Amino acid sequence: MTVATKAPRGRPLLYTSYPREMGLFPTTTRKVAFGVLLAVTAVLPFMLADAELQLLATCCIAAIGAIGLGLVTGYAGQVSLGHAFFLGIGAYTASVISGDPDGRTLGLGVTNILVWLPVAGLVAGLFGVIVAPLATRLRGLYLAIVTLGLVFIGAHIFNEWSSLTGGVGVGRPAPTLEIFGYPLGTTTASATRDQKLFWLMAGLLVVFALAARNLARSRVGRAFTAIRDRDIAAGVIGVNLARYKTIAFAVSSFYAGCAGALLFTVTGFVEPTSFSLLLSVQYIAMVLIGGAGTISGAIAGAFFITLLPRIIRELQAVFPFISTDANEVPNVLQVESILYGVLIIVFLIFEPRGLFGLWVRARNYWKSWPFSY
Amino acid sequence: MTVLVEGVLRGVGIGSVYALLALGFVIIYKATRVISFAQPALMLAGVVLVSHLASPLGFWGALPVAALLTALLGLGIERGAVRPMIGRPAFVVAIITLGVDVAIRVVVNVFIGLDVRNVHDPWGLSTVVIGDVHIAQRHIAAFLTAALLVGALFAFFRFSRMGLAMRAAADDQEAALAQGVSVGAVFALSWALAGALAAVGGTFAAAGGSFDGTLWLTALVALPVIILGGLDSLPGAVVGGLAVGVAQEVVATYQNDMPWLGGNVSVITPYVLMLLVLLVRPYGLFGTREVERV
Repeated sequence: MTVATKAPRGRPLLYTSYPREMGLFPTTTRKVAFGVLLAVTAVLPFMLADAELQLLATCCIAAIGAIGLGLVTGYAGQVSLGHAFFLGIGAYTASVISGDPDGRTLGLGVTNILVWLPVAGLVAGLFGVIVAPLATRLRGLYLAIVTLGLVFIGAHIFNEWSSLTGGVGVGRPAPTLEIFGYPLGTTTASATRDQKLFWLMAGLLVVFALAARNLARSRVGRAFTAIRDRDIAAGVIGVNLARYKTIAFAVSSFYAGCAGALLFTVTGFVEPTSFSLLLSVQYIAMVLIGGAGTISGAIAGAFFITLLPRIIRELQAVFPFISTDANEVPNVLQVESILYGVLIIVFLIFEPRGLFGLWVRARNYWKSWPFSY
Repeated sequence: MTVLVEGVLRGVGIGSVYALLALGFVIIYKATRVISFAQPALMLAGVVLVSHLASPLGFWGALPVAALLTALLGLGIERGAVRPMIGRPAFVVAIITLGVDVAIRVVVNVFIGLDVRNVHDPWGLSTVVIGDVHIAQRHIAAFLTAALLVGALFAFFRFSRMGLAMRAAADDQEAALAQGVSVGAVFALSWALAGALAAVGGTFAAAGGSFDGTLWLTALVALPVIILGGLDSLPGAVVGGLAVGVAQEVVATYQNDMPWLGGNVSVITPYVLMLLVLLVRPYGLFGTREVERV
């Protein structure tokens, strides 16, 4: 029997076969949209200034981390406030591997990104597996608080182990961006540093996002959603809870490790106090504001939160009462922090599906136009 | 030996503060099944109020007024951010309180400003000497206040009409509603109580010196405390608070003998203790095991 793989014309949501509904890109529109997005990403570095590209590169890295948190919190429903800890593990593993062997801090001198990026992810993933037994024993809020404890323990270790991290206020150089001797993080004749950074990070984001989407539609992803919706019911229908919770934590930590390894290559420096509770809250905000349980939502949320300081600086031109001076009230930093909090509250109360939900609303409005009510 | 006894007594004093803060968390949890991450902000708000009111009213006048105002703030949070979320998953509400915390702390930090602030407490750093053991007066005061408040709270829950209503609502919300208990009032009162407790606890945490915006981290220690004692156990919060306080101060006393742990390891002792206890008892020392019905 042949399986119909194309949607009937004009009815994109009519799925006539199971494989097509489970496909990576179930509709032609999605394929086209993805292709357009790739094309825009490819040419964007020629159209934007370096400063903007650098910001967008940071957004892409944050999105990788947010996808990781989205997998464990949005898909598997295990609330983790410990994302900053795993980001830190990744950042320091990568820094040690690529660090200068004769430097002030520990280093192995292997600067190839193909080595330090996967290893950073794997080490963080390993820590995820170590933490997972707690997750399989605990549920809901207990787990949230325990992972919060993890952030504090991690912060203490990062602050005190100065041969690894360089110490508070000093820090250490971030990993070197280089592949088989070709520098990815310095300006060369062919492209500027920020153009290369953007291409690299956007490329990695596409790889990580597709991998996550692929995972989410697989047996593992279905097990995650089953656990999230009702773990007892999932256990009854044969989902091995301990196993899949461990997988969720391992994969999420792998993503966090990779994001952590990349995050500081943009600024070039890792400072141990970066891995605080605030960082975890930012990632939670990304996932929730973007839309829990969707990959594209996590990406949108990461871009939104990372661009927020910049947006506020633009707003400052419109609302001159916001000061840029840190000694005046209200200043940009205060508005930014308040907005984190307020946006989380507003989104959770009024649009729990986040930015993704806003998009669904807008799409449905135009789909049913002129009968949209 | 003297050093150890002093460490333990110091721990009891600090533990009393943790117990007060933890009681706030547990009261909210029992009533609404939500962990309020907004407690640090409430505590900081209370402390700042005391520090501003202490010069016109004096410390003992400022403390109740600040507790009352913080209770009102708690009421406001409950009304504005938590009440609309009834029926939604607990973790979503918890994250909302996290947002509330971040937002309120920014506002409170404006009132802390850049100056050195203190709560103008009458004890400062003076001590009482018994034998050759020095005990800080502020720790004695914290312990006595905590004992008084805990006693009053237990009496309230045991003997008053509203206390009975709160226990009933914690037990079974629908049954309580059917018996004419106003569950909304229970929610509101629990947030108000938690706010007042946070203000008092925070004031004693800030006593004896100056404070700044980082004081909110003290309130977070109440989280390991409630996990240790069990989320829904009021005695657990008190016992857990004292235990964590003592453990933290004993480690602080001897941490110089263990330099390989890094400086100030006492700061993370509560979290390590929490992890260890949870590995053995997933519902804390006194928490009730959750019964799942399908």
